[in-house]
Amino acid sequence: MDQQYKTTAGAERAPVIEPGYTFGTVTEKISAIVLTRPASNGWFAGFGVAFLLTMMMLYAIGYLFLKGIGIWGSTIPIGWGFAIVNFVWWIGIGHAGTLISAILLLLRQSWRNSINRFAEAMTLFAVACAGIFPAIHVGRPWLAYWLFPYPNTMRIWPQFRSPLMWDVFAVSTYASVSAMFWFIGLIPDLATLRDRATNPVTRLIYGALSLGWRGSARHWHRYETAYLLLAGLATPLVLSVHTVVSFDFAVGIVPGWHTTIFPPYFVAGAIYSGFAMVLMLAIPIRKIYGLEDFITELHLQNAAKVMLATGLIVAYGYGIEAFMGWYSGDRYDAFTLWNRLQGPYAFLYYLLLICNIFIPQVLWIRKLRTSPVALFLVSFVILVGMWLERFVIVVISLSRDFLTSSWGMYYPTRWDWMTYIGTIGMFLAAMFLFLRLLPSISIFEMRTLLPEAEVKE
Amino acid sequence: MKREPVYGIMAEFDTPTALVEAARRTHQAGYQKIDAYSPFPIEGLAEDIGFDHDEVPLVVLIGGIIGGLSGYLMQWWISVVDYPINVGGKPTHSWPAFIVITFEMTILFAAISAVFGMLALNRLPMPYHPVFNVPRFAMASKDRFFLIVFSSDPKFNPAATRRFMEDLSPRSVSEVPS
Repeated sequence: MDQQYKTTAGAERAPVIEPGYTFGTVTEKISAIVLTRPASNGWFAGFGVAFLLTMMMLYAIGYLFLKGIGIWGSTIPIGWGFAIVNFVWWIGIGHAGTLISAILLLLRQSWRNSINRFAEAMTLFAVACAGIFPAIHVGRPWLAYWLFPYPNTMRIWPQFRSPLMWDVFAVSTYASVSAMFWFIGLIPDLATLRDRATNPVTRLIYGALSLGWRGSARHWHRYETAYLLLAGLATPLVLSVHTVVSFDFAVGIVPGWHTTIFPPYFVAGAIYSGFAMVLMLAIPIRKIYGLEDFITELHLQNAAKVMLATGLIVAYGYGIEAFMGWYSGDRYDAFTLWNRLQGPYAFLYYLLLICNIFIPQVLWIRKLRTSPVALFLVSFVILVGMWLERFVIVVISLSRDFLTSSWGMYYPTRWDWMTYIGTIGMFLAAMFLFLRLLPSISIFEMRTLLPEAEVKE
Repeated sequence: MKREPVYGIMAEFDTPTALVEAARRTHQAGYQKIDAYSPFPIEGLAEDIGFDHDEVPLVVLIGGIIGGLSGYLMQWWISVVDYPINVGGKPTHSWPAFIVITFEMTILFAAISAVFGMLALNRLPMPYHPVFNVPRFAMASKDRFFLIVFSSDPKFNPAATRRFMEDLSPRSVSEVPS
């Protein structure tokens, strides 16, 4: 398995890790963020704002429980609204973490080693944010557990022919596997923190979490096998999750949803938005914590290239949707296209094309691909664009379907916005805590990248 | 098993190369109950100390098969036997619709087996272990490499084993109290 840790960077490319580091200094640098470095005022300010937004979300959800989903803008014909738009958006963001940790591991891309840890954390938090929406959207959230098949006194069972049931299984499996994958990856680093902590309480906590890891060769062998197998399992899983999410739409007959391009185009879109989120997190983190030597220009460039590629797949998806609107000869499909281009929400569709297709093309320019500021801004634009994509799919299609008599408009209320922005706060609050409590870069995988890790025969 | 006063003798090395070299020599010298500790996985080191069967893949395979079967059978039993509903005239045993959940259950059970199987085979969690009694062992999770010969090894002899390990040019040799 050491093969994949060999650097893939050629001499002319930026290195995966800047030269001059040893096992000791890598360990020192990453663990110091958690163990010795005091929390800055900036951290407290950032966490404070994120925490307040989380409280706002809880307030909005509390009021929702009190009043019911009538406080939201979703109503017939648009019964899905923000809840599903945000669910799909968040779950898509999570995909980049699994892609980086699992697929790039199988493809032996050693540059993943310095970003996989926080990308996986991002996945977990994004899935947690995503999970809130369907749960509160069911109307009686205290009965959301009815979604799971369990023997009950009502003598009824869920309907397994429904894509919504598939979604329950796909998303809960994804959340569980991501959490296990992340924790398994943390065990050796938790042992490092246990051995380096000076405070006895800290040592006890990290010691308990590290499960008594001692780095035995036999343990490492089984560990690596399990890790590789988990990566192999997570790879089809991550592709299946957004595929199943797209089935929620594609299996329905609503014009604009009932199309076979949805699964691949949803998966590409998920990775697109996920990498944008990875960059929006990585760029400030590497700057603030001085990790430019570990998260180098190479990582930023590679992430930008992945965004460029997946962005083009997404653009192809839009193109095929428009083409099929014309080519299918189906008047409802044709009308959906016309409605996107000319209907009441047309400005959102054009904004989506600008955000997701036109602006990201600047990434062809090498200078911008290596500029953190430019990448940060482009990533933000992509995240907005991907949110708009889900809005276009959910709202425009539902607002005008087969019968003119059932047409309607959707206007999100302040409660919709408070819940949505609140989940962003919750996501950031969790990220802030993660940065201070756990090593945000995988220490043991960074050690394997060092030249001295090579065994000379 | 009789309890030895010492748990083993441990040697400390500076580089992965030195550890691999020492592990090979120790294994070739006829010691069987030995272990090596490193701050990151080293390719081939486990084989060098006589580790030859990794059961994790089998555990994962079994877990995956159980997951897939239970996923499909659960849907079949619920939809065909216990709670058949006619949805648009579709057959109650509409197997294509059951594939997604069967797949997810396969992955879920295989992943759970991988994680808990690996931990169980490694006998983890184990918060206390005699090797932690050696103060220098704290560096095994940072930048040092350790090799231990357990006192349960048939060839173990406190003085001779210690001499043998000192010959491996380690940075230090220490006795691990039981």
